[in-house]
Amino acid sequence: MATARLDATFMALADPTRRAILARLAAGEATVMELVAPFKLSQPAISKHLKVLERAGLISRGRDKQKRPCRIEVAALAEADAWLEGYRKLWEANFDRLDDLLAEMKREGERP
Amino acid sequence: MNNTLNVTTAGDRELVVVREFDAPRNLVWRAMNKPDLLKRWLTGPPGWEMTVCEDDAREGGSFRWEWSGPDAAKLVMTGVYQEYLPPDRCVRTERFEMVGGPPMGEQLATLELVETAGRTKLTVRIAFPSPEARAGAMASGMTEGMAAGYDGLEALLATLPA
Repeated sequence: MATARLDATFMALADPTRRAILARLAAGEATVMELVAPFKLSQPAISKHLKVLERAGLISRGRDKQKRPCRIEVAALAEADAWLEGYRKLWEANFDRLDDLLAEMKREGERP
Repeated sequence: MNNTLNVTTAGDRELVVVREFDAPRNLVWRAMNKPDLLKRWLTGPPGWEMTVCEDDAREGGSFRWEWSGPDAAKLVMTGVYQEYLPPDRCVRTERFEMVGGPPMGEQLATLELVETAGRTKLTVRIAFPSPEARAGAMASGMTEGMAAGYDGLEALLATLPA
């Protein structure tokens, strides 16, 4: 995944309202109006959040011009999660090397 | 024995990393603070190495660490120590820059070591200037040790149909 796209994904996920919208969409697609009610936000506010999610590839919008239902795009979320896992592995590798170094230092004993 | 890396979010702009080591605190402190020792383990991804470790380790002192990777890629971390209290605590500002890339925001890192029965627990708290900065840093892979389990992401993934 391109870095810019991944940036957009994480920026989109940084907002609790947008995560809540995604959680709602995980249960099934919904129109803007169907999202307005439970979130107690104005339609323009919801639309703005949806635009951010759409740009990040986390949701897609239907073609029906009137309703344009939103649906979650699982692939983008999975990619973000896979990236995090890779990053965790990188740091585990750093700390594993530190473990080895510490074991060596213990064997050698205290040196000034 | 539990040497698992644990990364969590705290509040809307902090990341907390916890890792235990099977060594006393003074050894862990040295391995994390002596430039020649740091270079041996803080190498980054495969193919990278830590090439510069200038470290004026004292309150008010500054540091400059650099990593070099394939295709002349270079990552620089600079900052200033706000507290430096061997062998268990330091607080420092950190600013990452991928050479040729955009500048990134400054974060505040608090590192603490606690020894119990010959083992040492490292806790790193990173405070970002904003929630967006935390998200951006995680996405760009420049945070210190932030192999981040994203707040809410795992829970969200768990709700998705397979």
